[in-house]
Amino acid sequence: MNDIAALDASGISKSFGAVRALTDAHLRVAAGEVVALMGANGAGKSTFVKIITGALRPDTGKVMIRGQEAHVGSPAQARRSGLVPVYQEPSLIPDLDVGDNLRLGDTPVAAFQSWTEKLGVPDVRLSDMISDLPLATLRILDLARSLAAEPDVLLLDEMTAALPTDLVERVLKVVRERANAGMGVIYVSHRFTEISELCDRASVLRDGQTVGDLPIEPGVEEKAVELMLGQSLNLSRQRSSEDRKVLGGTPRLSAKDLAAGPKLTDVSFDLYSGEVLGVVALEGQGQDELFDVLSGFQRPTAGQIEVDGSPVNFGHPADAISAGLTIVPGDRSEALLAERSVRENIALPFAAQVRNWGPLRLRKERSRVDYAIDRLQIDTRAKGEVQRLSGGNQQKVTIGRWLAAGVQTLLLFDPTRGIDVRTKRQIYPLARELAENGAAVLFYTSELEEVALACDRAIVIFNGRVVAEIDAADADEQTLMRAAYGLMNAEGTA
Amino acid sequence: MSTTDTDPPLLRLGRAMRDNPLIPLVLFLFALVVLLEVLRPGIVMPIRSGRDGLISTFWVGNLIKFAIPLAMLAACQVLTMLTAGIDLSAGIVATVAAFVCATLSSIWGVAPAVLIALATGLVVGVVNGVGVGIVRVHPLIMTLGTGLIATGCLQVYQRLVINAGAEVPTFLSWLGTGRTLGMPNGLYLFVPFSVFVIWLMRYTGFGRLLFALGSNENAAKLSGVRSWQVYIALYALSGLIAALAGLLYLGIIRQPSLSLANPLLLPSVAAAVIGGTSIFGGRGSYAGAIVGALILRVLDTMLTLLQMPEGARTALFGLIILAVTALYVRITGAR
Repeated sequence: MNDIAALDASGISKSFGAVRALTDAHLRVAAGEVVALMGANGAGKSTFVKIITGALRPDTGKVMIRGQEAHVGSPAQARRSGLVPVYQEPSLIPDLDVGDNLRLGDTPVAAFQSWTEKLGVPDVRLSDMISDLPLATLRILDLARSLAAEPDVLLLDEMTAALPTDLVERVLKVVRERANAGMGVIYVSHRFTEISELCDRASVLRDGQTVGDLPIEPGVEEKAVELMLGQSLNLSRQRSSEDRKVLGGTPRLSAKDLAAGPKLTDVSFDLYSGEVLGVVALEGQGQDELFDVLSGFQRPTAGQIEVDGSPVNFGHPADAISAGLTIVPGDRSEALLAERSVRENIALPFAAQVRNWGPLRLRKERSRVDYAIDRLQIDTRAKGEVQRLSGGNQQKVTIGRWLAAGVQTLLLFDPTRGIDVRTKRQIYPLARELAENGAAVLFYTSELEEVALACDRAIVIFNGRVVAEIDAADADEQTLMRAAYGLMNAEGTA
Repeated sequence: MSTTDTDPPLLRLGRAMRDNPLIPLVLFLFALVVLLEVLRPGIVMPIRSGRDGLISTFWVGNLIKFAIPLAMLAACQVLTMLTAGIDLSAGIVATVAAFVCATLSSIWGVAPAVLIALATGLVVGVVNGVGVGIVRVHPLIMTLGTGLIATGCLQVYQRLVINAGAEVPTFLSWLGTGRTLGMPNGLYLFVPFSVFVIWLMRYTGFGRLLFALGSNENAAKLSGVRSWQVYIALYALSGLIAALAGLLYLGIIRQPSLSLANPLLLPSVAAAVIGGTSIFGGRGSYAGAIVGALILRVLDTMLTLLQMPEGARTALFGLIILAVTALYVRITGAR
């Protein structure tokens, strides 16, 4: 190991307004070393990656590459200083052919072609249009392009997600070879199998701090999960298993072997009226596709959805709504009419069908909207335009829309993302109350403690499949985290 | 609204104007009228030139008469712009409707002629709606295309009916040129029409969906709105309105031609924009567009009175529209 590290980022902090994304993050990668960067959702991993690659400027601290301070103001400068990132999303321009894309980045063509050969896609021609190539191939091309630039440090951010296994093997092998030849590698990933195969060391982030460095050895998975969770907050579980109703009969919603896109491969579950079913998954495990399929935004490529025991086929969200499936999406801006009033936003579904295009039934509308506003305690001081409301209140408006319309099956996709604690504490009991009044709620969350707070049981999705079903009573964060990282076998299904 | 209490006064003024865009527009209209009177004393207030009356009802009536067809075509633009669209076929549809009505009246009688004229507008509108809503062609391209097709068809049609002669139905001339108490009879059509449009925009489910589609189509989809249904209905309505405006304009001009209402197209877009309708969708008001149409007519009168050459007039007209729109955007913060 050299004295001069390939990459040395120390004392990094970064705030966005009042939110402190990073407080004290550091990472040192020696030449020839492969370091895994790990952290649960919201630990500050993506902010740290952006700072290392020069897309963001840190508030304090500096990033040194080969002993020289990298004044990274832009990704282009970071590239010149010797650090090259490869992301999950291909960064090739779709309307140009392969050769043109290489020319844009001054990539030596011969080196590029030798890498594509080694990486197992030898039959790509320079005249192929990027938009005609499959996604997996593009990821490999991206990597080949980066390797051809002969970087000092290579950063791979979830780049193996949804790659077929044989290609993953090739990628790991080639990266390992390059590392042995002296390149430093930062490997951002959720997958322990790949990490233990490839990496020398894992650096763990939690709440914006680097909390530990683990050598890769048998049993490292457990230690990493422990580190990522930190001191368990031990929130008193609001529910005990005694007050659970015994649910039976026909499930309200039943997913059978659902598959869609490259990420969702095989998900089955039953959701009964009267329960809140949690969905736990690391980012990009197919949960987005699952909710798109259930809400009618996307057709499944395989499998069947059943509502009250009879098969349904959704071609449009309107079909899902008429089957009683309504969605609150993860990104509020997708669901809101920013410039319109609270009332128009909540009342939007009322006018959706052609038979309701006529005169508004203002009295009925007002009473339904007021009911939702009261129930959710929406702060309506700025009701003229939804965009002037706080994030929490905006989220309440998107939920209120379905309260006003009448809830049967509510699909909540990470409903507490980026909102204040007070509103969060209103959303959990609301989900519970809706279930107690006979609704069925599917609750995807990226915050593990929410499972115990809001759900009756939870399914864990990893790599597009349900890997565990856990009763809320047993759903401590460690169990969930282990399952989410695919460390749990079927015995958790109890 | 308590959030606005803390904002600086200028921003608050801007917001108040955005919430009530009519106020600055009406003020601007009056300022223009005053300017006109200063430039040519006696035109608006005949008492100063020794004639009777405080305000010339003839002048005001004339202003309104020519503003009505423009304001009706502006309704096509306001409604489509709410969904971030536009209807560039409106001018040609109006021309086609007028021409078809004038030529068929002498052959088949007035009632079938009017019905067929309106039906032509409806057909073009439905084609626009299918293109925009189902095939997903950009409204600008779609309506430009159907407009060109309609122009071509009109020329072919003209060859076919060349011997039939044209006749303007009497009730259309009455509506177009007649006056009641000094005011144009066109108001008999226009007042109910504008009340209908404003009611449609504000108090019906369909109106809500227009705003919703322009504001965030994904949110509308998620709420169960099948947008293609709305687009077809919207463009069909727009075509129908354009045809109606064409019939009224025929009554005013009383001389059908192959480009009768075409010059009204771009001013109708301008009237909608000046009236505070956002071309990006989700925001708009028909009352504003009516005032916008009046403003454009006054500007036109003014430039004519200044005896500018045609080219300079047109250029200045365009410049004024840009300036007014820029000023309006600056004041209200709307885009």
